[in-house]
Amino acid sequence: MGFFGKLKEKIFGKNNKQSDKYVAALGKSRSNFADKLNALAARYRKVDEDYFDELEEILVEADIGVKIVMEIIEETKKEVRLSNISDPKEINETLVDKMFVYYAKGGDDMDTEIKLNKDGLSVILVVGVNGVGKTTSIAKLANLLKKEGKKVMLVAGDTFRAGAVEQLEIWANRLDVPIIKGKEKEDPSSVYYRGVEEAKKQNMDIVICDSAGRLQTKVNLMNELAKMHRVLGKEVEGAPHEVMLVIDATTGQNGVLQASSFAKATGIDSIILTKMDGTSKGGIILSIREELGIPVKYIGVGEKIDDLIEFDLENYIYGLCSTMEEE
Amino acid sequence: MAFEQLGDKLQAIIKKVKGQAKLTEQNMEEMLKEIRISLLEADVNYKVVKEFTSSVKEQAIGQNVLSTLSPGQMILKIIKDELVKLLGEENDALNITGLTGIMMVGLQGSGKTTTSAKIAHLLRKKQNKKPLLVGLDVYRPAAIDQLITLGKSINVDVFYDKESKDVVDIANRALAYAREKGYDLIIYDTAGRLHIDESLMQELKDVSLAVKPKEVLLVVDAMSGQDSVNVAKEFNDKLRITGLVMSKLDGDARGGAALSIKHLTGIPIKFSGIGEKIEDIEIFYPERMAERILGMGDVLTLIEKAEEAIDEKEAKKTVNKMMSGTFTLDDMLVQMEQINRLGSMKGIMRFIPGMPKVSDEQMEQAQLQLKKTKAVISSMTKEERIHPEILKASRKIRIAKGCGLQASDVNRVINQHEKMKEMMKQMKGMMKNGKNPFGA
Repeated sequence: MGFFGKLKEKIFGKNNKQSDKYVAALGKSRSNFADKLNALAARYRKVDEDYFDELEEILVEADIGVKIVMEIIEETKKEVRLSNISDPKEINETLVDKMFVYYAKGGDDMDTEIKLNKDGLSVILVVGVNGVGKTTSIAKLANLLKKEGKKVMLVAGDTFRAGAVEQLEIWANRLDVPIIKGKEKEDPSSVYYRGVEEAKKQNMDIVICDSAGRLQTKVNLMNELAKMHRVLGKEVEGAPHEVMLVIDATTGQNGVLQASSFAKATGIDSIILTKMDGTSKGGIILSIREELGIPVKYIGVGEKIDDLIEFDLENYIYGLCSTMEEE
Repeated sequence: MAFEQLGDKLQAIIKKVKGQAKLTEQNMEEMLKEIRISLLEADVNYKVVKEFTSSVKEQAIGQNVLSTLSPGQMILKIIKDELVKLLGEENDALNITGLTGIMMVGLQGSGKTTTSAKIAHLLRKKQNKKPLLVGLDVYRPAAIDQLITLGKSINVDVFYDKESKDVVDIANRALAYAREKGYDLIIYDTAGRLHIDESLMQELKDVSLAVKPKEVLLVVDAMSGQDSVNVAKEFNDKLRITGLVMSKLDGDARGGAALSIKHLTGIPIKFSGIGEKIEDIEIFYPERMAERILGMGDVLTLIEKAEEAIDEKEAKKTVNKMMSGTFTLDDMLVQMEQINRLGSMKGIMRFIPGMPKVSDEQMEQAQLQLKKTKAVISSMTKEERIHPEILKASRKIRIAKGCGLQASDVNRVINQHEKMKEMMKQMKGMMKNGKNPFGA
């Protein structure tokens, strides 16, 4: 067992209850990392610069930032020299090790549990840029929490985009959970206020607040978000207990700027990585982890209500590395 | 911050290779490496970057350096020209003569619905088209509602059928309806889908075969990463895409996807989405995109522009006046106008590498202040401009009325002038003591 295996055991120590589902869901992106790296290994009899160039390509095309890629490759090269590895096959494990460690060293929180208020109402705030899948993710998350026996209420705080409130309402009806709706162009802070008041009255366990998508460069909109965040804090002590940033797996290097701006406005506890059922790998989460230490807690793998699963680093990294094109 | 300014790094390298007469493999190597990293950080596809840098290298090697440029500047020029060329040489106008169908396609969340409404609005205004929006997103909850609301806000009719899931049928009926009612522009807003979803891609194909749109526009999020080329290729294989729309370019993503897709598929880029408002769409400018992807203000252009704008004599006169302590409000205005001639503040800031990020809002604020200052000074008499100390309440009120501002604005200008004058005095003092007023 390599370092990777040992570390994995140490960190995860538990059986991943969802691992079967994970494998099925990530079919498109996961698949045959080993096969493809082996194909690469087969073409190279010894490890040389060209070999590392191709490795670099695999990683960059997964949207891992170029600086991190260069570091990981450098580290791997060093390891190859120190351990005198000449067989490309042996490198594969080293590489996965390096990436795993890279994510792990970004912070201690490898946990995917959502932070909840132990004695009372918990508030979850969901933020992100336009079109990443906030509303759909909220519906999926509500579904998960409801299944755990929690009483969940939704607050439709996107009063800006046409149809956004209706979209969440349709989900709420399907899930049979209560929803507090904002009126068109209503100040989202006041929607949150009403939502939380109502949730207290109805003795809810968890309120999930939707917010309008906004580009992180829009100062006014980011200020508005900070205010929404403050309003929640005034209503319930310690709220929002979890702020989740939704990042689209197709996002490129801009993801880091997104995360740092949103972190400034509201603080970010975790990431939901959406649209992982496509061919994108979402490698940007490694850069975000490195620069800001924010962990991923859930990934979205489809349009159906139960297509939201807990993040699993091991499966993710294998999936990430399967971009290699057959030639 | 994640990205260091390419401009700064290049400046440093440019200094190193200064004074060499020819571009060689050696003097280009370091620059090309930086350019490569910068392109990758802008999300330009790995393969495209590789191809691009090697073709630039090929072109540049052995070229004589123009006498006015350093080798570094020379290669920058080659790179930028090459980027612009790649981003769009041909005429990319939409084909919209007669009854025109435009089908909007793309991944989920790329911005199809908003873009549909924007294009309807734009073509009605600019080309006198009579548009009909057609809601074909029968999957996402409330997607049709979104289109209806947008349609209402711009007074464009929307054709939809919330009861039906048969999009080919809806599209056919929409086309018949448009013919009957005399619409000459039909924009089909389709559901977002993954390029690898066989059945949904087939659905698009069926719609396309049924209504034969003249244009099939793929909407691509400016923030998208390396995989965008695979997405575009798949859509193009199945549908013959006629153009790209880059959405969300109002953010700070550098939009390398635009270059990658254009280069690998040849599909022209037709529009940029630059905001959430209906008017926020514009024809695509390859020049701007090239600068954006490189992530550097165009240093060369700044130098050219600055040389044109700043009248050296004028500048000397101002400095002399400053030093002599007779710095009037008029002098302040001249100075400001010189800065103004360089273009908008935003434009200038963009040109200067290493400039801290300033938000659009702050930028607008600064621009507005400048305008106000100008208005205030223009409303003063000659005497007042030379001797601002005579400005008392009644004069201030008159000036404020004259320029349509508040007395507080007049005070602000006077204070600003005071401060500048004070600074001049200090500088003068330092000069006398033999110190460089600009520090160090």
